[in-house]
Amino acid sequence: MAQVATATQTKWWSGGKSPFNLEYGKVMMWYFLMSDAFTFGAFLISYGTIRFSTNFWPDPNVVFNAFPGMGHANLPLAFVSVMTFILILSSVTMVLAVHAGHHNDKKGVIKWLFWTIIGGIAFLACQAWEWTHMIMGDLPVLVDGQIEKWGQTTAHNPWGPPVVGMMHEGVQVTTPGPVAFGGFFYGITGFHGFHVFSGVIINIIILIMTQKGVFERRGHYLMIEKAGLYWHFVDLVWVFVFLCFYLI
Amino acid sequence: MSNEVNPNIHSTETSHADLHDEHHVHHHKETFITKYVFSQDHKMIAKQFLATGIIWAIIGGLFSVLFRLQLGYPDETFPILETFFGRNAEGGRIQPEFYYSLVTMHGTVLIFFVLTAGLSGTFANFLIPLQIGARDMASPFLNMLSYWFFFAASVVMLSSLFVQTGPASGGWTVYPPLSALGQASEGSKIGMDLWLISMALFVVSSLLGGLNYITTILNMRTKGMSMTRMPLTIWALFFTAVLGVLSFPVLLSGFILLLFDRHLGTSFYLSDIYVNGQILPNEGGSAILYQHLFWFLGHPEVYIIALPAMGLTSEILSVNSRKPIFGYMAMIGSLFAITILAFLVWAHHMFVTGLNPFLGSVFVLLTLLIAVPSAIKVFNWLTTIWRGNIRFTPATLFAIGFVSVFISGGLTGIFLGNSTIDIHLHDTKFVVAHFHLVMGVSSMFGMLAGIYHWFPKMFGRYMNNTLGYIHFWVTITGAYLIFWPMHYEGLAGVPRRYLDLSGWTSFNQFTELNKFITIVSIVVFAVQLMFVFNYFYSMFKGRKLTTTNPWGANTLEWTTPINPGHGNWTGEIPEVHRWPYDYSKDGREFIPQTEKVGEDESQH
Repeated sequence: MAQVATATQTKWWSGGKSPFNLEYGKVMMWYFLMSDAFTFGAFLISYGTIRFSTNFWPDPNVVFNAFPGMGHANLPLAFVSVMTFILILSSVTMVLAVHAGHHNDKKGVIKWLFWTIIGGIAFLACQAWEWTHMIMGDLPVLVDGQIEKWGQTTAHNPWGPPVVGMMHEGVQVTTPGPVAFGGFFYGITGFHGFHVFSGVIINIIILIMTQKGVFERRGHYLMIEKAGLYWHFVDLVWVFVFLCFYLI
Repeated sequence: MSNEVNPNIHSTETSHADLHDEHHVHHHKETFITKYVFSQDHKMIAKQFLATGIIWAIIGGLFSVLFRLQLGYPDETFPILETFFGRNAEGGRIQPEFYYSLVTMHGTVLIFFVLTAGLSGTFANFLIPLQIGARDMASPFLNMLSYWFFFAASVVMLSSLFVQTGPASGGWTVYPPLSALGQASEGSKIGMDLWLISMALFVVSSLLGGLNYITTILNMRTKGMSMTRMPLTIWALFFTAVLGVLSFPVLLSGFILLLFDRHLGTSFYLSDIYVNGQILPNEGGSAILYQHLFWFLGHPEVYIIALPAMGLTSEILSVNSRKPIFGYMAMIGSLFAITILAFLVWAHHMFVTGLNPFLGSVFVLLTLLIAVPSAIKVFNWLTTIWRGNIRFTPATLFAIGFVSVFISGGLTGIFLGNSTIDIHLHDTKFVVAHFHLVMGVSSMFGMLAGIYHWFPKMFGRYMNNTLGYIHFWVTITGAYLIFWPMHYEGLAGVPRRYLDLSGWTSFNQFTELNKFITIVSIVVFAVQLMFVFNYFYSMFKGRKLTTTNPWGANTLEWTTPINPGHGNWTGEIPEVHRWPYDYSKDGREFIPQTEKVGEDESQH
């Protein structure tokens, strides 16, 4: 009786096949992403513990208010919203590339992968601008009774509590802010940017392989799916980075 | 979506297998480079890990013997120390600063390079495909990369021994601020950078290996090899890989932040520091943060080291007692429980380093909980050999030795896991004795048991038994003679990491004891060299195997040819019909997993 009942359904775990019906590379990718999630988790939790043990923390609306070509206009979080939008859009194009792969549509894969790569490069370019803008900044900071011009670096933070009533060339003078801010900001967004960069490289390699017809000959576009998993993960991580640095 | 890719999977799998079969036939095409150096055969990679691990074990062990000389005889000078260490041991006496480097490297090398890479790398690579019935790992290429990242890590670590300012010296835990500030000590200069680079490479190696082990076990089991028909070695190696994949990345994060503190002026771990008459500008960082990140790996690391040894022991004890393993499901359950708890106890290493005492009490509870699955495993091993028809091979002896030292070392863990007692015992020789027994010696025993047991499968020859017996009895006697007395020293308050204790009159009572420990450790080290000789000698000159299944074991690796080629089985991969522990059943000594279950066979 029992044997009759079990014979009709597939025994996924009894060996001879993948229990998840997945090719090995995808299983590996899932475990890698889990591992990588712990890396980012460790960074973000470290950031949280330091931030909440510090009395003062810069207001993201003040720190991230610049936009390329807009001079000193106060546009809080506008630029980072554009960056986030670009990255999410690149995830959409990646979904379309994977979808095209399912239908063995080589042209579709090439098109959407291309736009994904463009999205990734655009995001990296935005990040480069944002970093440059912050590092090259010259904000008046009161240090030992003298006004110094500081940018945001890993060792200096110009976004401390303001000196009430003190202006310098029309800009509010501040005291030095918490040093940890720069370290965590550049460290974590840099580590994320490194992931995006790796993703772009992977996507370019896969684009070339697609163009050469490697996957066409293989009969499937599983490689696109694996790259897609990675790309979506990097996107998801950005959502958390965005939340922790820009919104909270 | 998943249904769509289904046919593709099978096509890739079969082509994969075909590829290996083909490979097997065209053996002559392999060159020396592809067969012995950049090999993608899991068996050769396992041997590479083992050989590298043995070299590291000699280096790490030699360090301990040499600094033990000075610890036992603090007033004496030893020209041999100057021979080895040059100006770091001028006049034959180890410089106090250099002593820290030696203990740091001893710990790092033994924990990571020998008992992590040497143990997991060897047996996960060797046994997983053979025991689950696969031609190779899921990704032989990444597997090869895993070894070469380990090799690169080894080269960098080795090079750090030769730099002008010496290797890292902040202890194997490299706590900041000491490790973050080059001006704080000689070892915190370039040696520390090399240490961090080496460990980063090591994490990559461990990640590549671990992903492969997990995927292979989940995806590549042969037909009939359900999860609960896997040998316990595979279960143990599976959980080990999960631990590694989830805990090493956190260590990597910690190391990256440490590198930033060292070179980019950040203050993750640094705050309010006065060093060499200079006030540092760093503020807002937390040294405790590093300890959390470190021990989130550091504690699972203990189980990354211990679980493979447990798995090997389970298999060896069952095979050589000619009895089924006692409590197979309980063994899996306790491995799982240990894996979960391993992630929840890290702060018991931090009871006295500034951790909130209320947090400490939670970690005491969770720590003591680990005693439960550990005890289940110990009792299961004992009941496995209980009234068994035991064959006392060197492998069996080392497996029994593993259980012995695991009990001895585990019991003192209960002392240290209680934060109140830990206040007294922290950073004393008691701790040194505890962890050397419970993870150092015991895992080494598990590894040695594994080497003696699977050597015939690795090289088609036996190791010399007489040398094996001498090796075992001297090692276990020596291990207890070295570490048992250290408990008493620790209870009396003797601190660890001190080069010279002669300044304290209260510790003078241990002068002779320290000499005794030193002499024993020299003897034990000499016997290990004898083992190394036995290993390499037997590789070429050992007694040859005449049968494929010398131990009368049930598992699949013994169904392969004596010297299996790349692809392991010449014909089809065997199908599995039963669990691996049908020993002494229905009047038969053993029933291999490949044999179909008979009509009137009794249930196990």
